[in-house]
Amino acid sequence: MDNVISETATAKRTRTREKEKLSRTWPLHIMLLPAAIVTFIFAYMPMGGLVMAFQDFKPYDGLFGSKFVGWKHFEFMFQYPDSKEVIWNTLVISSFKIVFGLIVPFVFAILLNEVRKTAFKRTVQTLVYLPHFISWVILGAILTDMLSSKGIINSTLISLGFEAVPWLANGNWFRFTVIVSDIWQNFGFNTIVFLASLAGVNPSLYEAAEVDGANRWKQTVHITVPAMIPIAVVVGTLSLGNILNGGFDQIFNLYNTLVYDKGDIIDTFVYRTAILNGQYSFGTAVGLFKSVIGLILIVISYRMAYKYAGYRIF
Amino acid sequence: MYYKTSSYRAFTAFNYVLLTIICLSCVLPLIHILAVSFSASAPANSNLVGLWPIGFNFEAYEKTLNNPNFHNALLVGLQRTVLGTVIGMSVMTLAGYALSKDTGYFKSRSIYMWYFLFTMLFSGGIVPSYMLIRELNLMNTMWALVLPLAINVFNMVLLMNFFRAVPRELEEASLIDGAGHFRTLISVYLPVSMPAIATISLFTMVMHWNSWFDGLLYISDYRKYPLSTFLQTVIVQQDFNKISPDVNELKNISQRTVKSAQIFIGTLPILLVYPFLQRYFVKGIILGAVKE
Repeated sequence: MDNVISETATAKRTRTREKEKLSRTWPLHIMLLPAAIVTFIFAYMPMGGLVMAFQDFKPYDGLFGSKFVGWKHFEFMFQYPDSKEVIWNTLVISSFKIVFGLIVPFVFAILLNEVRKTAFKRTVQTLVYLPHFISWVILGAILTDMLSSKGIINSTLISLGFEAVPWLANGNWFRFTVIVSDIWQNFGFNTIVFLASLAGVNPSLYEAAEVDGANRWKQTVHITVPAMIPIAVVVGTLSLGNILNGGFDQIFNLYNTLVYDKGDIIDTFVYRTAILNGQYSFGTAVGLFKSVIGLILIVISYRMAYKYAGYRIF
Repeated sequence: MYYKTSSYRAFTAFNYVLLTIICLSCVLPLIHILAVSFSASAPANSNLVGLWPIGFNFEAYEKTLNNPNFHNALLVGLQRTVLGTVIGMSVMTLAGYALSKDTGYFKSRSIYMWYFLFTMLFSGGIVPSYMLIRELNLMNTMWALVLPLAINVFNMVLLMNFFRAVPRELEEASLIDGAGHFRTLISVYLPVSMPAIATISLFTMVMHWNSWFDGLLYISDYRKYPLSTFLQTVIVQQDFNKISPDVNELKNISQRTVKSAQIFIGTLPILLVYPFLQRYFVKGIILGAVKE
């Protein structure tokens, strides 16, 4: 009898130990430790470094020895004509990129949806996604070569009887080139989400429309386009968070002193003033201004995406 | 049926032509560069080369590959890519696994999630990051290129979503059989999510190979430049002060054929992994975006 009782007790104990083992979560914390440490050092510590924006930071004195100057750099930023120009350039370039970066993939998805030869469709998709994966160092080198005054584009234009275009040497043309080449790099990749939303359309909708005598144009307007509107709203609102990102990688690899007045954006300006000229605090202040506006816009646009399209990212 | 009408047929013809032109615009620049790199230098310099090499030869590639600086940068670029991918994938897989657990089971999950996600919304910017790398004495080391990129929150969330798609029964069976979380991850989760791991690895490789700005920022010794930074300095900025080439090398670098050869070698790894990448990323992105 005693024996039986002790046996069941041992079994119970083993079972509880097994249960404990199942419910313990400390290994998960250990798994997260490396990621948490890396994030703390390389993402959160620089945030602490933002106090530089309120100091006259000298690398020799360090973060704790430098003198605090309050809002001086921010006031300077709003008085300095260069920084106003740079903010304006960023807004212009990124608004065009956002608007056309939405329209072009939208239309492209519709056109691609009308292709019924699968092999052709696949080939098109494979080729148009490619530029997205090539860095702006490479693309910048290729474009500066092709768009130079004697490059292949201009020599073709001249042989056709047109005048050469200063693609990268005139401010307005530079903006045009930057916007078009950005759309060119990313439209294919951005089409993916639209194609995904089209894949979810019930084919019987088209059949019913067909029976009702709607032609393909009407089917497109009343079935295909509405199917993509929700995701377009999401993509559009979310890209608002990028309005102060003009695309550093791209501009830095394409611009030159000739087009600073129309093509210089916040990030390139910060790099030059802070890292190259050593005005660390001023550069940090401009960067902080940009990050704060970016954060506010992201929060607002996520709220809007949730409200109007029921879309939740987090 | 609608596609038998003559107006739709006209549209289809127009559509195929338009899509073909768009596709060509995406590949012709690369073909042009390739053609220039294989051409003789005289026609290349006078812009006669279009899409087919004139005076076909390998001279530009010979010169490029014999350039010790290019050699060095290529090696550093490959090193950085391999090291960065291995470290990044280990860190992100571990974290992605832990974050794939339900909040009911792993109570601190949402705290960790917000801890990571916040870094996507707000950042210190380049100046404080630059100062940090200086203070940590990581300037001119490989670690300055590898560690800050070890966590890519977006990729980590993709991994997490892939892990969430693994059937719960597999995990339960493994835990009941006495395996811990580490064992479950290695013996159960990794084998069944190999496609996901492969996709994210390729993403990470491409990101490291393409990164050039961190090299420019954190590395002042040109012999430690990865290839992207090297190409940025030599071809895009045409800044030869840092590289200090000899006269012969300088003459080579300024040649259009040699430039093109360097650009093409810089693109080659991307072109090589692209077919594999392309097979998975469409599925991956949609899965990652829809699930949460």
